[in-house]
Amino acid sequence: MTDQAQLLPGTLDLLILRAVSLGPLHGYGILLRIGQISGNALLIEQGALYPGLFRLVRQGLLKASWGTSENNRRAKFYELTAAGRKRLREETASWNRLATAIGSALAAQPEEI
Amino acid sequence: MKLLDSLRFRIATLFHRSKMNAEMEEELRSHIQHRADDLERSGLGRAEAERRASIEFGGVARYKEESREAAGGTFVESFLLDLRFAFRMLRKSPGFTIVAVATLAMAIGANAVVFGVLNALILRPLNVPQADSLYGTEYGVDTGFQSYPNYVDLRDRNRSFDGLAAFTFAFVGLDTGENPSSATGYATSGNYFDVLRIQPYLGRFFHNSDEHGPNSAPYLVLSYAYWHSHFQDDAGILGRVVRLDKHPFTIIGVAPPEFRGTVLFVSPDFFMPIVNQEQVNGENLLDMRGTTHGIFETFGHLKPGVTPAQAIADLEAVGAYLEKTYPKEFAQKRFSLPRAGLSSFGRAMRAFIAGLMLLAGLILLAACANLGSLFAARAADRSREVALRLALGASRIRILRQLLTEAILISLVGGTVGLVGSIVLLQRMSMWQPFPGAPIHVPVSPDARIYAVAFALALASGFLFGIVPVRQVLHTDPYQIVKSGSSGRVGRRITVRDGLLAVQITICAVLVTSSMVALRGLARSLNGSYGFQTRNTMLINTNLAMAGYTGDEVPSMQKRMIDAMETIPGVERVGLVNEYPPLVYAAGSRVNAFKDETTDLRPSNVAAMPYRYDVSPEYFQAAGTAQLAGRDFTWHDDKNAPVISVVNRAFASNLFGSVTNAIGRYFTLQDGTRVQIVGVVEDGKYLSITEDQQPAIFLPSVQSPLSQSCIVVRSNRDPQQLAAAIRGKLRELDSGLPFDVRTWNNLLVVALFPSRVATVSLGVLGAMGAMLSVTGIFGMAAYSVSKRLKELGIRMALGAQRKEVLKAALGRPFKLLAFGSAAGLLLGILATRVLAFIVYQATPRDPLVLAGVVLAMSLLGLLATWIPAQRALSIDPLILLREE
Repeated sequence: MTDQAQLLPGTLDLLILRAVSLGPLHGYGILLRIGQISGNALLIEQGALYPGLFRLVRQGLLKASWGTSENNRRAKFYELTAAGRKRLREETASWNRLATAIGSALAAQPEEI
Repeated sequence: MKLLDSLRFRIATLFHRSKMNAEMEEELRSHIQHRADDLERSGLGRAEAERRASIEFGGVARYKEESREAAGGTFVESFLLDLRFAFRMLRKSPGFTIVAVATLAMAIGANAVVFGVLNALILRPLNVPQADSLYGTEYGVDTGFQSYPNYVDLRDRNRSFDGLAAFTFAFVGLDTGENPSSATGYATSGNYFDVLRIQPYLGRFFHNSDEHGPNSAPYLVLSYAYWHSHFQDDAGILGRVVRLDKHPFTIIGVAPPEFRGTVLFVSPDFFMPIVNQEQVNGENLLDMRGTTHGIFETFGHLKPGVTPAQAIADLEAVGAYLEKTYPKEFAQKRFSLPRAGLSSFGRAMRAFIAGLMLLAGLILLAACANLGSLFAARAADRSREVALRLALGASRIRILRQLLTEAILISLVGGTVGLVGSIVLLQRMSMWQPFPGAPIHVPVSPDARIYAVAFALALASGFLFGIVPVRQVLHTDPYQIVKSGSSGRVGRRITVRDGLLAVQITICAVLVTSSMVALRGLARSLNGSYGFQTRNTMLINTNLAMAGYTGDEVPSMQKRMIDAMETIPGVERVGLVNEYPPLVYAAGSRVNAFKDETTDLRPSNVAAMPYRYDVSPEYFQAAGTAQLAGRDFTWHDDKNAPVISVVNRAFASNLFGSVTNAIGRYFTLQDGTRVQIVGVVEDGKYLSITEDQQPAIFLPSVQSPLSQSCIVVRSNRDPQQLAAAIRGKLRELDSGLPFDVRTWNNLLVVALFPSRVATVSLGVLGAMGAMLSVTGIFGMAAYSVSKRLKELGIRMALGAQRKEVLKAALGRPFKLLAFGSAAGLLLGILATRVLAFIVYQATPRDPLVLAGVVLAMSLLGLLATWIPAQRALSIDPLILLREE
């Protein structure tokens, strides 16, 4: 548990979009999927997921519908809308740019300056 | 569009609230169940798995709240929650709520009333189109008086006005064929209604084209109110002929209801063409250039693009021409352009109402300071609750919003109560006729502006006192407070609350000082010397012209009336004065007096401008005016006798250096008459009680009789009985004579009216200020005692004396009181300069006022700290310490 990283502010939405982009999921499923794709390296309090989900629905990036889960329980499933897909692409690109920039800044050696 | 959408969404979510809540709950439960399933699979029992899943999930309530907020439906929703909670909290402490609401209702009510008056009298004094460009021409100082020929020249020669209209008053007996009654109207120039750009409610108005020389336009336009009350809204009256002072006039129209004439306070019953004024005045003023009687005020719209300064220059150019052309009758004086309808009392009234508005604003500020400290105290008392809510995950913003909702709720309720009260008051005021029989109204009907102002004030004050506890809440450390309990420490340093209290006391001291100054001024003006004794004196006001008397019939009838009065038992002296005696209806007229040696009677050579009264023999005894030297008039000083005069002390010493010097000397009137002084009487007040000492001359009324006169009856009898006897006698003389019998004191009400109004309004504001300071100090003292009960108990247990306990408990409120009072007194003294405009002899440098303020503030302080002090002294350390 201790080697899990705190989430950077604003990145939870990106992770949710990414998780859902792989197929419709319910809330708990999204959490599991994030754990799975991030190698369980991120610390997310379970409840904190929901304000994010509702926000994304309100912004029209996700849509939700009730269904039955693999555990045979009623659950609300989320999937990406067209706008969500577009936003995910943009956010991914911009994250990558940022990560590259920060990465190269941190990796810079004295003689390269 | 976006805003609209989001609003629609919010409203929709509001309606789907319960459904959404249920779904949200189900979703979160489903999440926990799924987690529990996983945990169960890893080998835990179902119950343990569910418990663990719940813990892992975190605060359900908090995430639900946040989710709701994220979903967008919460603003309205949480507002409703806040509102419900606020209601519950306020209901839980009814004392606090009542005090807060009452304080605000009072403060906002006071502001709404003063604003209502300001709005009606100053912001839009005349209910006419484009009133902004409507200006009166003031000629000389503070008066619009003009002669008719001068007006005609001004009208025709100026290049700045889009038509210049004029009017004066007409007091007539109006006979509709049934009961003749006296009525007050305007005699106006033909273009009056056209210049005002108003349309008749019924029929037509008269115009310039109707004027064809003196007495050529016997037309009458009724005011809506008069038509309503005297003709019962009968549209058939158009074309009907009525008689004004026995002369036939044809009713041609009715003015619109919202038009109440062009002088504030005086709403006319009718409008008649000024070219017919001779028929109602008995005197043709249309050709008299030297008088100032002809016109009360002239006014007009400035042409587009003309500034008031240009217009004044233009008028002064006309004035220069008039002075050159008529050197004997016209002296150039400065012109100025006040807002139409406000000339003569505009300036003083504006200053006074602005002063009142300022004081009312201060009241509201003081109330806000008061409520702010109450709220801060309340927030401190609730710090435990706040800490608990913070610990449970509520956001600080949310808690602040809650507190603010409470504040706004109180301010809105208080504002509504205050507004309702002020509207009732304003409506009363606009119905009110301060002087029975006189056509004087205070036209202040509440309108939308007042509602808007009251609402804005309520909201603003709600925010103002609502944000006082903000810092306190933002700095709350839930951990500390929950751990140590709410009874925590009482800070030694100066807090916001101390500052607020000091400000509040300062403001209240300003108000108390102002009202004291006003009260003292009124007391002085009531006890002051007017130059006559009004006690036991009745005035009989008659206009013989109304009953058809003309020429020599007038003085002989007046003599008969005087003789008849003298036969009434109990009557001591009877005298007569033309028009009105001093201080009645502000009806003094000035004349030009020249030194005897002056031969060129041009206005620049005037030696004095005394008030002139024409009186009968024994008038001075009847009025109770002391004769200082010389003799009184006799009935032999008639038209065949030389012209003589009695003057007051001021006139005598102005022209001749002393009272004794003046006897037997001469002065000259404008028309060249040489007048010999035969007597000197004491000084008095003539036009207003606040005036500086003015010169006055008295001439025999039989030498210049006037149909309008007042008979002064001094008696030793009860006024009611005497009035009945007087009425009987007058009916015997002429049953068709309209007259009006009143005590002189009663009529003085008009002269005292401004001081009275000033005193009452300042008194009310002062009382409000006093109340606010009592509640403020009381709140602070009670709070500080209750917070420190334990500490005080320990002090007592350790042997502190009563004095020390009191000092510890109440030292600070008292220090604040002293500081605030001193500051307030100082500011109040500065502020009362404004009062000097209206309140007679308003001087703050009056030891009695200073002592009064200090005494009042200390009494208030004592009153406010009495109960808390008792409480502090009655502490039983044993009980207190055992309880903790």
